[in-house]
Amino acid sequence: MNCREFTEFLHEYLFGNLPPEERAEFEKHLAECPWCVAYLDSYKKTILLTTDAFSDSGNGAPPAAAPEELIQAILHARPRKS
Amino acid sequence: MDGMVPTKPSATVADEAALLARMQAGDDDAFDACVRAHCGQLLATARRILKNEEDAQDAVQEAFLSAFKEIGQFAGRSLLGTWLHRIVVNAALCRLRSRRRHPERSIEELLPHFGEDEHQIDPPAPWQEAAGALLLQKEARELVQRSIAQLPEIYRIVLLLRDIEGVDTEETAGMLEVSAGVVKTRLHRARQALRTLLDPYFRRGEA
Repeated sequence: MNCREFTEFLHEYLFGNLPPEERAEFEKHLAECPWCVAYLDSYKKTILLTTDAFSDSGNGAPPAAAPEELIQAILHARPRKS
Repeated sequence: MDGMVPTKPSATVADEAALLARMQAGDDDAFDACVRAHCGQLLATARRILKNEEDAQDAVQEAFLSAFKEIGQFAGRSLLGTWLHRIVVNAALCRLRSRRRHPERSIEELLPHFGEDEHQIDPPAPWQEAAGALLLQKEARELVQRSIAQLPEIYRIVLLLRDIEGVDTEETAGMLEVSAGVVKTRLHRARQALRTLLDPYFRRGEA
């Protein structure tokens, strides 16, 4: 395995989608390549940063609010049973 | 990665069933309560997809009206919030497809490049251990949001749906009318490209 193959399929490795022999190849490469260790670590941190970037809990912000005009527009446009 | 799917403790499930029954009976107050409970989160989703306030509000209004027309057929097998979320995602995606495309950067320039020795030309460097903790800072969260917004659209949308909106691979594939394999490939490339954009800020000793 080389670095190109590692980066191309690392998501399959990360999420446990590889058969044991291919997984072993990935782990052998990781044991020998500090660059791919760094790449894998930063890839995992990218996922963490992505999932948290819009969460309300991260910055203590209140839950998203909608403008009252929009709420009223929706309620007024609602079809009613005749 | 299902963290953003609206989930509720079981105590509220009975409340929601009662609300749904009232809406199905045409109770004005129940519709009012439903819109007030869900509109903010749905607008946030539409804003993320459309990156435009007017389009986002139009998509939310369209989604609510579409949901209200179908409310009689909604059996409550999923949470009301989850059902509304999927409707607004589809409304936003439909609006996105109808919009004129702007020129955007190529994904290729944001993917790793390799030399003849199959090593990356720009060797990866370790990131700060505290990269995740930096999200407590508003600036860091905004940096990630801005970087996501720079991704080419077909990759940005898959990243949003899978990693932020909590839509699974199969459902994302259905919404985008592509195969599950295409969703997985686009998601991987989107994460790689986002990693490239964030790399200068999170490399150890450089932020």
